[in-house]
Amino acid sequence: MKKLFPVLGVLTAILLIYALYQALVVAPTERTMGDVQRIFYYHVPSAIIGFMLFFINFGASIFYLIKRNPAADIVALVTAEVGVVFLTVNLVTGPIWARPVWGIWWTWDMRLTSTLVLWLIYVSYLFLRRFSSSGETPLLAAALAVLGALCVPFVYFSIWFFRTQHPQPVMGGGGSIDPRMLHVLLINWLAFSCFAFLVCWSRYRLEKLQRDVDHAHALESLMNPRGGAR
Amino acid sequence: MRNGYLFAAYAVTWVIHITYLTTIVRRFSRLKREIEQLKK
Repeated sequence: MKKLFPVLGVLTAILLIYALYQALVVAPTERTMGDVQRIFYYHVPSAIIGFMLFFINFGASIFYLIKRNPAADIVALVTAEVGVVFLTVNLVTGPIWARPVWGIWWTWDMRLTSTLVLWLIYVSYLFLRRFSSSGETPLLAAALAVLGALCVPFVYFSIWFFRTQHPQPVMGGGGSIDPRMLHVLLINWLAFSCFAFLVCWSRYRLEKLQRDVDHAHALESLMNPRGGAR
Repeated sequence: MRNGYLFAAYAVTWVIHITYLTTIVRRFSRLKREIEQLKK
């Protein structure tokens, strides 16, 4: 496993560079927006991967609530954290794209507002995990994650349910897309998915190690209560 | 000027990812130091 990680890391880096080349050079220039439309190739995959990670977080939280499995708790924490990073990218690149195209950085329409609320729910989830020292924290966090996950379909389908400034989805929705643009979008989605997988893997190892060290500290203080253990 | 928005979006994406990766690497090195101390 230790040898596999660097190999996958190099392959993912090559794929990300290839995806960047496709997005900046190979993808055709959109007729009305021009080159600024290429933000699409980072903006959309970030949202899709964020939603996917929240979906995994939902599954892991349910599993934890049923089985109290510590590995499921770590998976839930890791996917929420990495999901927040990807949704942050989505929320930051959106306004940078909106400014030259819509003439505004932000509007309180349903898609943008619900995405921001979703981001705040998962940030509060991470704050809960970070600052609560109660033994029930994983349980409370799992319950919050289940509620948070219910917002994901609402965010995704909000552009069908409400009239919004945000355009219709290009896949499975009312919009259409040039096949060459779709090809570049899928390459970027694949590259960022591989990247997200590796980041989650690293973060999982880190969390597992952290819990082992905390356990070792607890054992040390039990065996040597006056020995200045932390 | 419009290309400025494009490069800003791409740059900010990688700043966010690299910042997060840096925090993971720092926490790994801090944990390694703690493990060395525990071994002593």
